[in-house]
Amino acid sequence: MSGVRVLAGTRKGAFVLTSDGKRDRWEVSGPHFGGWEIYHMKGSPADPDRLYASQSSGWSGQVIQRSDDGGSTWAPVGNQFAYQGTPGTHQWYDGTPHPWEFARVWHLEPSLDDPDAVYAGVEDAGLFRSDDGGQSWQELPKLRGHESGPSWQPGAGGMCLHTILLDPSAPGRMFAAISAAGAFRSDDAGQNWRPINRGLQSEGIPDPDAEVGHCVHRLAMHPARPGVLFMQKHWDVMRSDNGGESWREISGNLPSDFGFPIDVHSHEPDTIYVVPITSDAEHFPPEGKLRVYRSRTGGDDWEALTTGLPQENCYVNVLRDAMAVDSMDSCGVYFGTTGGQIYASADSGDSWAPIVRDLPAVLSVEVQTLP
Amino acid sequence: MIRVVLPAHLRTLACIDGEVHLDIDGPVTQRTVLDALEARYPMLRGTIRGHDGGPRRAFIRFFASELDLSHAPPDDLLPNAVAAGTEPYLVVGAMAGG
Repeated sequence: MSGVRVLAGTRKGAFVLTSDGKRDRWEVSGPHFGGWEIYHMKGSPADPDRLYASQSSGWSGQVIQRSDDGGSTWAPVGNQFAYQGTPGTHQWYDGTPHPWEFARVWHLEPSLDDPDAVYAGVEDAGLFRSDDGGQSWQELPKLRGHESGPSWQPGAGGMCLHTILLDPSAPGRMFAAISAAGAFRSDDAGQNWRPINRGLQSEGIPDPDAEVGHCVHRLAMHPARPGVLFMQKHWDVMRSDNGGESWREISGNLPSDFGFPIDVHSHEPDTIYVVPITSDAEHFPPEGKLRVYRSRTGGDDWEALTTGLPQENCYVNVLRDAMAVDSMDSCGVYFGTTGGQIYASADSGDSWAPIVRDLPAVLSVEVQTLP
Repeated sequence: MIRVVLPAHLRTLACIDGEVHLDIDGPVTQRTVLDALEARYPMLRGTIRGHDGGPRRAFIRFFASELDLSHAPPDDLLPNAVAAGTEPYLVVGAMAGG
């Protein structure tokens, strides 16, 4: 393996960082699309030079950009995200019905085997798919159309579909997560969906163990063991050993079980990472110490990873899509902060260093391990 | 010839350097100008108004001849100075910060 490419989406543009396998010197390219919010960028597993980026602004809405040369050049593709049929309503913050309105694309998930196929998770929560490289988008309407849809409410950041996981071992099985509706599973390539939230407990909703209404912040899966899912919920870190049929809490000895991202080591399916955040009101690390927590036991037992991370006066946040791993022999772990730093570890989290430190607030981080 | 000035972020998106010059047959209205603009630069569809000629995006404004035309009916004729090409039609990003 010859190198690593980090795709960073920020509040004011996109950045592409590249390094060789040592991962100690980085070249930074950007900003691409300066001034625009880049919620997410991701490369195709089938063609690493095919990248997709979600570009948006309050003035001019949504644009989707595509690169066919690894991020050197980009071209806008289709940006029409039309809900299928009459969209109906969900609940607004005050509990009144509110029409479904497209706001932006939060997450792009390219197909595992076709560079021209890509899913988009959007706000207001919906799932779209393109089969022509992003030129046109069709909704997979049964998710938004689930019978519980009219009861869904937005989280503070909007009612977003932010996580899409594709099961490499079972074609057609995919997972999605919505704030604040919960986790959902499809076994037929997104044609039909059902909630998978049994075992979640959320004190902020009227029925703490309701079928839907949970503010799931992020799901993670190891591709070699796709039946095991990990979840960072608003509060609580959770695990499922049966494809989401049921969940159990694995927060264990974390200093706070509030947070946003969660990810899995590329070679060790039971090694997982979270970044504890103080609380839903205080979106910064406990005690002003930026600590990644790692469990090597699939949860419950956690160790703080601090070497190279600021351990005083640090009050940044790490957003849900802003952590990723590479698949080099020594697994690299990466995360971006709202303070504009991207930290990387080339040794599974044992030590960290900023690979760039003064970007706009980082919204997303993805990593490609290049052949 | 109709002169159109776009905000910087849309000029960058469409790889436009300076003003856009459009030739329009028939009445010169906001709709016909934007239709011609989007026909030449398809990547601008959805960024100024809704797709297929939909409503103006909330934080986009249309000015011409020192008038705010943002709320004018899209099929009203634009000022003669715009139709004659002596003054530009301005597509403006509202002062909304961010």
